[in-house]
Amino acid sequence: MADKYKILVVDDEADVEPLVLQRMRRQIRDGRYEFAFARNGVEALKALNEDHDIDMVVSDINMPLMDGLTLLEQIPKVDPNIRSVIISAYGDMKNIRTAMNRGAFDFVTKPLDFEDLQLTIDRTLDNMQAWKEALSSRDMLVSIQKELDVASSMQQSILPTQFPHTEQYETFGSMEPARNVGGDFFDVVRLGNGLVGLAVADVSDKGVPAALFMMSSRTLLKGTALGLGQPGAVLREVNDLLVQDNTTAMFVTLLYAVYDPDSGNFTYANGGHNPPLLVRPDGSSEYLQTTGGIALGVAPGTSYDERTTALGAGDMVIMYTDGVTEAMNAANEEFGEERLQEVFRQSPPADPQSAARAVFEAVHAFAGDVKQSDDITCLVLRKG
Amino acid sequence: MEVNVTREGSNLFVAVDGRVDGTNAGEFQDALQGVIEEGDKLVVLDLGALSYVSSAGLRVVLLVAKELQRQSAKLAVCALSDTVKEVFTISGFDKIIPVHATREDAVEAS
Repeated sequence: MADKYKILVVDDEADVEPLVLQRMRRQIRDGRYEFAFARNGVEALKALNEDHDIDMVVSDINMPLMDGLTLLEQIPKVDPNIRSVIISAYGDMKNIRTAMNRGAFDFVTKPLDFEDLQLTIDRTLDNMQAWKEALSSRDMLVSIQKELDVASSMQQSILPTQFPHTEQYETFGSMEPARNVGGDFFDVVRLGNGLVGLAVADVSDKGVPAALFMMSSRTLLKGTALGLGQPGAVLREVNDLLVQDNTTAMFVTLLYAVYDPDSGNFTYANGGHNPPLLVRPDGSSEYLQTTGGIALGVAPGTSYDERTTALGAGDMVIMYTDGVTEAMNAANEEFGEERLQEVFRQSPPADPQSAARAVFEAVHAFAGDVKQSDDITCLVLRKG
Repeated sequence: MEVNVTREGSNLFVAVDGRVDGTNAGEFQDALQGVIEEGDKLVVLDLGALSYVSSAGLRVVLLVAKELQRQSAKLAVCALSDTVKEVFTISGFDKIIPVHATREDAVEAS
């Protein structure tokens, strides 16, 4: 980001201002962020009305005079382009959901993790930029290509750029977008109690409406994952939220798993997505049994079964989208599930990053000169 | 991608040829919406000659199924190749949209 962005932080706790200024000092010194502060919703609205340079708001929920949820309702009246991020108590799904219904773009949880806050701010600002371009391109009535470019940068802005790794486990994910067609996303979320949530998803369409659907899928998933925990319950909840008023018939296939680094248990539920591949250290592999769920956003009241597999030392789970298995070569053959297993049989990878790289290389080598027709996504978990 | 239409009473059969992916899903949607008429009670997509369908194509199928539902009509698919059947199975669409071996089976089941 070359531009300087102004962020209004709204919190009634006195130590937030010095803490933000101290922890974000590098970004402030580099001229990326500028901060303003308010102690409640009333002060925040006053600041927004007086200072039109403010690009985004980071707000606490519980505050005197005017709380954060009420503030969220008021912000669009001042400027609909301002993006908001809410600070909520851990797992407070009720408030998180209300905040999202009122237009919050994302949320962070207390106690504040400043690394996470900075990533969230960057992601929000990137997204806002893409959205502004979408608006201006709509105004100018420019080509569909422009809309697709905008959708693609919205898509990129929600992907994680940092991956948790400890002595117990490592993760890595990557997405290679296809020109003109896109809809994949993935996420890695640190849940409570040392658990980690992993998701790979594919949205059914392209363009700005699909990118918006993708963003709400991703944020609803993250919020529900923090609030609920069990993959089957998480998918059920996200499905019910997505299916409401879904007149466009968009849907998302989504594999969601919770990994417990202490036990090595990998518990997953599948909403119409490709089955994950378990790769052993010797390069042998097997597809984890499907749980037979329906894609999300399609049918209300759908339930999702979950299964648990215990990982051994050095085992990896490869989560991917159909851009891998349905990649085509010049002879119109699909890459397929067997070739994916072959990638690891020949040379078992040492870490998640090289595993993902091996998948991308194998798909590219197979496809040759045939143009990539779908996003290719690969998310890898390895037990240490 | 091409569609060929046969009408037998209130049953409409639409044979889909080629592939449907993100690049031509809009065309596919226009084609289907263009051939379905108000009096149609059952629409059967004959996918025997469909070599590939992406999720963008499935979205069109879902959209049409929902539209038909609103006019108290039904959608079914038949004659799926192994590749296309796998897409229906993995996505769970086979649980929402009736899948049959032949057009006759689809009519009989409706």
